Amino acid sequence: MDMILGHYNYWLVIIIMMAGFYTVISRGNLIKKIVGLNIFQVSVFLLYISIGNVKDGAVPIIEKGVTLYSNPLPHVLILTAIVVGVATTALGLALVVRIKEAYGSIEEDDIHNQDQSL
Amino acid sequence: MIESHLSLLIVVLPLLAAPVIAVLPRGHLPWAISTLVSWSVFYLAVWQLMNVSAGNVISYELGGWAPPWGIEYRIDAANALVALIVSGIAALTLPYALKSVIKEIPQKQHALFYAAFMLCLTGLLGIAQTGDIFNLFVFLEISSLSSYALISLGKKRQALTAAYQYLIMGTIGATFFIIGVGLLYAMTGTLNMADLSQRLPELYDHRTIHTAFAFIMVGFALKLALFPLHLWLPNAYTYAPTVVTIFLAATSTKVAVYVMLRMVFTVFGFSFIENTPTDELFLLLCVTGILMMSFYAIYQKDSKRLLAYSSVAQIGYMMLGIGLGSMLSVTATLVHLFNHALIKGALFMAVGALIYRIGSSRLEHFSGLGKQMPWTFAAIVVAGLSLIGVPGTAGFISKWYLVLAAIEKQQWLIVAVILIGSLLAVIYVWKIIEVLYFQASDETSQITSGQKNINVKEAPLMLLIPMWGLVFANVYFGFNTELTVGTADQAVKLLVPDAN
Repeated sequence: MDMILGHYNYWLVIIIMMAGFYTVISRGNLIKKIVGLNIFQVSVFLLYISIGNVKDGAVPIIEKGVTLYSNPLPHVLILTAIVVGVATTALGLALVVRIKEAYGSIEEDDIHNQDQSL
Repeated sequence: MIESHLSLLIVVLPLLAAPVIAVLPRGHLPWAISTLVSWSVFYLAVWQLMNVSAGNVISYELGGWAPPWGIEYRIDAANALVALIVSGIAALTLPYALKSVIKEIPQKQHALFYAAFMLCLTGLLGIAQTGDIFNLFVFLEISSLSSYALISLGKKRQALTAAYQYLIMGTIGATFFIIGVGLLYAMTGTLNMADLSQRLPELYDHRTIHTAFAFIMVGFALKLALFPLHLWLPNAYTYAPTVVTIFLAATSTKVAVYVMLRMVFTVFGFSFIENTPTDELFLLLCVTGILMMSFYAIYQKDSKRLLAYSSVAQIGYMMLGIGLGSMLSVTATLVHLFNHALIKGALFMAVGALIYRIGSSRLEHFSGLGKQMPWTFAAIVVAGLSLIGVPGTAGFISKWYLVLAAIEKQQWLIVAVILIGSLLAVIYVWKIIEVLYFQASDETSQITSGQKNINVKEAPLMLLIPMWGLVFANVYFGFNTELTVGTADQAVKLLVPDAN
């Protein structure tokens, strides 16, 4: 029981990760794929934030009388990863717009058929 | 004073150049500045390689923060060799780009194209230079995002779907990599590669470390297009603009193979790998990959797609060296990294010159062009021989070392696969040569492409000079192996200290 409740955030990470990953693989709609990719990346943000937590640790701001702090480094790392995620999403959506202009569709099968029939 | 910062300058120079180029007016100025930057970076990379070729290591602390807290650039012979490949190919691709880009990309996008090219160069060089595993992820994403944008600039609409496909697969790969990095950090509390290699051995039995290892390996196998995770590569190489294909084919997968080497030998250590099924798995995937992808290449009707499948097969050879895990085999991997960049660079440049003249990359449109464009044709022949691995070319050297390594390990099956792979390469290289030289120019081509190949002239000098630069390098490094094998030897001594 402690294995599940004690590490509930990690279990959450795994569930979100797999949900996102499955969406990317299974959906044929290009927008839904990007949504799945985002969910997948968010799970990694949660993983990093969980790693940074130190049991009974205080907020990492130096203060008198506090000796134990949470680790701020993973949080800083994940700020970078969030920026990367935003850039990826923006680029992905821009590509979807261009694909819609070129093919008139954002369904993978549809696009595939159009290229085959040429 | 400035000399101690030169290792950083290699990365910062193209990074600073990118926004400047993006706002420049139309004309040749964006091209001129990116060419200048790439040649200065190339000069710095040569200087860097000369400094570390004696086996010493340059350690640069970013912002004066001592490692393992700060980011460290740690350059040994392996980094320097990869940085040399990337900057050298960029320095030769950019002169080629001037005419090719004018033909393939709308003029208002030229400045942005060169800016994205500089960002891609920054990312690839950054991966080669850095000694920090999270910094590596950031550079990986810089190079990936800019290469998605570059690929989507291709003329056909399939370029967009190819870029999208690559974006999805590439992001999954990169995200797998940071999951692995996060787990490593949770266990060791460090992101510095040298520090990680010190701290990991006592944790070898821990399950988290095995999970982290699996995530990192799969993530980078996606990035380097190891069979069967190569699905994004053929489309991306086929539909990207010629210049982008040349640059990415010669550098981006090579850099990913280098990261794999670093992870396997520096960070985790081969003694860890040997206790997992990874090395056998690599050998199995490489062997199937080499055979299947070479067969695929034979049946392609598009010259760029043919070379793309051949690239996936060649990546198999590089990963074989990692799977075998001996000093000799890792030397073979590093030498093949260098030589294959020369081979594929030259081949894509030659095919690009044909596309420049006739506007199509389909093999059936090439008929008879060998007589009209003798210099381009000769370049394809020499680079093709090098791809096959004929003695006297660079390709022979790397295959020779790989076969020696396989014999040393008594892996006779792998020796056979390398030889069969070379025979298959003979077939697909011959397919291009046959169309170019032995088919009359007025059979099928004019019906389908609507023009007579007989009137086609030789490619302009601006395309021929970089192409022949690479072709000569192919022959030169087939005879003089001091730079390639010598540097690889130095690198292997540092990478694989504990191998037999």
